[in-house]
Amino acid sequence: MKRDEPSRGLTRRRFLEVGAAAGAAATLQTVTPRSLSGGPAFGTRPAVLDGREAEVEISIQEVRWAVDGRERRAVTMNGSVPGPLLRLREGTEAVIHVRNELDEPTSVHWHGLILPNGMDGVPGLNFPGIAPGETFTYRFPVQQAGTYWFHSHSGFQEQIGHFAAMIIDPAGPEPDPADREHVVILSDWTFENPHRIMARLKKHPDYYNNQRRTLGDFFADVSEQGLGATLSDRLDWGGMRMMASDVSDITGSTYTYLVNGRGPDDNWTGLFTPGERMKLRFVNAAAASFFDVRIPGLPLTIVESNGQPVAPVEVDEFRMAIGETFDVIVEPGEDRAYTLFAEAMDRSGFARATLAPSEGMEAEIPPKRERALLTMADMGHGGHAGHDMGQMEPDDAMDHAGHDMPEPEPMDHSGHDMGAMADMEHGPALRAPGTLPDDQMHGPDEHGAANAGVAMMATSRLHEAGIGLGSDGWRVLRYTDLAAREVRPNFRAPDREIELHLTGNMERYMWSIDGVHFRDAEPIEVRFGERIRLTMINDTMMNHPMHLHGMWMELENGRGDRIPRVHTVNVKPAEKISLLFDADALGPWAFHCHVLYHMDAGMFRIVHVVDPTMADQSGRHGDVA
Amino acid sequence: MSTSLLPTESAAQRPGADMPMMKPHLYTYVAFDELEWLATGDESVVEYDGEAWIGGDFHRLWVKAAGEQSTSESHGDVEFQGLYSRAITPFWNLQTGLRFDHRYGEGTGASRAHVALGLEGLAPYWFEVEAFVFLSDDADASARLEASYETLLTQRLIVESEFETNVALQDVPELGLGSGFTDVELGARMRYEFVREFAPYVGYSWSRKLGETADVIRAADGEVGGGALVIGLHVWY
Repeated sequence: MKRDEPSRGLTRRRFLEVGAAAGAAATLQTVTPRSLSGGPAFGTRPAVLDGREAEVEISIQEVRWAVDGRERRAVTMNGSVPGPLLRLREGTEAVIHVRNELDEPTSVHWHGLILPNGMDGVPGLNFPGIAPGETFTYRFPVQQAGTYWFHSHSGFQEQIGHFAAMIIDPAGPEPDPADREHVVILSDWTFENPHRIMARLKKHPDYYNNQRRTLGDFFADVSEQGLGATLSDRLDWGGMRMMASDVSDITGSTYTYLVNGRGPDDNWTGLFTPGERMKLRFVNAAAASFFDVRIPGLPLTIVESNGQPVAPVEVDEFRMAIGETFDVIVEPGEDRAYTLFAEAMDRSGFARATLAPSEGMEAEIPPKRERALLTMADMGHGGHAGHDMGQMEPDDAMDHAGHDMPEPEPMDHSGHDMGAMADMEHGPALRAPGTLPDDQMHGPDEHGAANAGVAMMATSRLHEAGIGLGSDGWRVLRYTDLAAREVRPNFRAPDREIELHLTGNMERYMWSIDGVHFRDAEPIEVRFGERIRLTMINDTMMNHPMHLHGMWMELENGRGDRIPRVHTVNVKPAEKISLLFDADALGPWAFHCHVLYHMDAGMFRIVHVVDPTMADQSGRHGDVA
Repeated sequence: MSTSLLPTESAAQRPGADMPMMKPHLYTYVAFDELEWLATGDESVVEYDGEAWIGGDFHRLWVKAAGEQSTSESHGDVEFQGLYSRAITPFWNLQTGLRFDHRYGEGTGASRAHVALGLEGLAPYWFEVEAFVFLSDDADASARLEASYETLLTQRLIVESEFETNVALQDVPELGLGSGFTDVELGARMRYEFVREFAPYVGYSWSRKLGETADVIRAADGEVGGGALVIGLHVWY
């Protein structure tokens, strides 16, 4: 096995290893479209596109791609799943030519990047899309560093291969240097047509749920908890017409979960030398899957989240919502293989890779954990919590105060803007920035026929690990663990609060915001320069990873002026969550659930940043570079 | 290259008006919930009960078809409905349209048309329910209640229990109906979902004419009720 040849085209001491083929490819500054006549492209590992010094070219192509020995049509960038790793450098200008070789329109969206509106890549919103045979040139200043990714914003292309990771080197020193790096892209693969998946969900929303509770489960629960408690539990769920097992609407019954495009049998392997300090750059590029990630035998030190440095946190497992990225430092000391295990949140399957000193090694695959079940707490019926105690950690089931965080660090910055807030002209005084939201009883608006139920009481659940996680006796990352490494610049109180309710109706497979499908919704208009508190209340029983384009959000997790910046945040069932953002980028920006099927079903809004001093900008596609 | 970044005619539209997501999505559904053969004592019967719809989240056009046909003789009946369906609450659709009944063979041929109005949806505790009232072209009023419930033995082996009853508000002698509850049907079908869309089943179906309707049939020396084993298919696309 040929090892990487570092640094022919790279000046850096360290190099990035994405697989056996990466070294050679890394020396190319522009990868030209590869001929497909040479046969199927499967088996190829992602190349590296180095855009740090030169213009790069991405070709959107359809290829046959094989996973665990079986093929399907894939929409790819430069012929591989995932597409090539793109490297950029902070402080430079990126110039990326994207050529569409499909027979349908396509697009590339740069997930998490702060860039001019016209470069964001949402067809019909920020630009017209890329027609078949056309080339679109993305040109934008690179203003940030860290781990990001990019993907199609057209139809279901992202589901069938159109995604890739992006690393932006900092202009200054690397905040967390390591001896070696691997990119770990998690995704979900299906041999079905995604349109067919969507259609099936519209007809039978539990089509993919093969973990529904059966008559046998009923009797098992009766013998364990007694007839009264079991009946009461079933009546609670039945009364709401909801399923406790409805954790993921698309599951391992159709998905194969991938690491770097490889199925569990293909076993992608990342090499290391024992004793090295290794950085794993995780990206959850799935269309509809949350992953719980661990490497049995290795503590995981989270150093970066959403591309942004965070105060290091050592955990044994972390949950990745769709669209999130985490950089993790591991230091495997032993000369042996370790299994990198990313279990789907609903336990219906897993992605698996291996970290090893040499190719071909394997370590044990952890046993399947029990299926996760929702509880009444996930429905915002805190008073009924406890029927499913066996499934949960104690603080999930019993304590929704949200304020008694386990962290020793006090919320010491939370009060210092109170004075400023009292002076505000905009309505009632808002809570101090950076603090956790208060519990909130739901108002009378049930959001109509598009919404199947509201959380009676929405609470902050940032200190909870999440459904089915946290009771294994090891350390699990929680959102309250994340603190920005630097004090947030321009940290101040919000000018205005916008409250949005995440809504849905699983029986009809409808997903929306405030009960309104994107088609029927007006854009959310904010004034340029405003600082907005975006409060989201999840009135559904599902997790929704909400993603705002074009502007950083700051997650108010109780860390005061060290609250972490995010581009994507997971909102748990019955959770109330708040984020701050500065409306510092003109134009209409997409804001949506990153479950691709929820987005397609209507859980999408436009956040339109307007400058009232400028005339006639309502229909402009932003400021074009 | 970025030639057409500025909108042309759509400048006055709201942002996002050109997005592909703005186009309505239409879905179609076709199902035979029951397509079965009943083994009764002297003659066997094929019964079917199907539905199809096309539409979006709130507005759909439905057709429902149900009927039975003797396998040995050319008589049977068929009922067909064309309905507009509108989601009015998270779990309930209001449906209205026309229903046509046709009975054929054995000299009992008769056709009727009705206006139909009803609710279709999911009741608490997972009962699928249809409750309809009908007004025929002879101004006869009737009502029907159907409910079904699924019990999962395993993820693929599912028992569907059903209940149906009909009420007539007045006598309809030409159809042999007396006023009051006219009939009741109970069934249990155990299907195995090889895939969700294709599930053969076996079951038992029991039905009985009631009240004055039963009297009419007894007077004609007919059978007022009985049970039958059924073998059938539950298929949809």
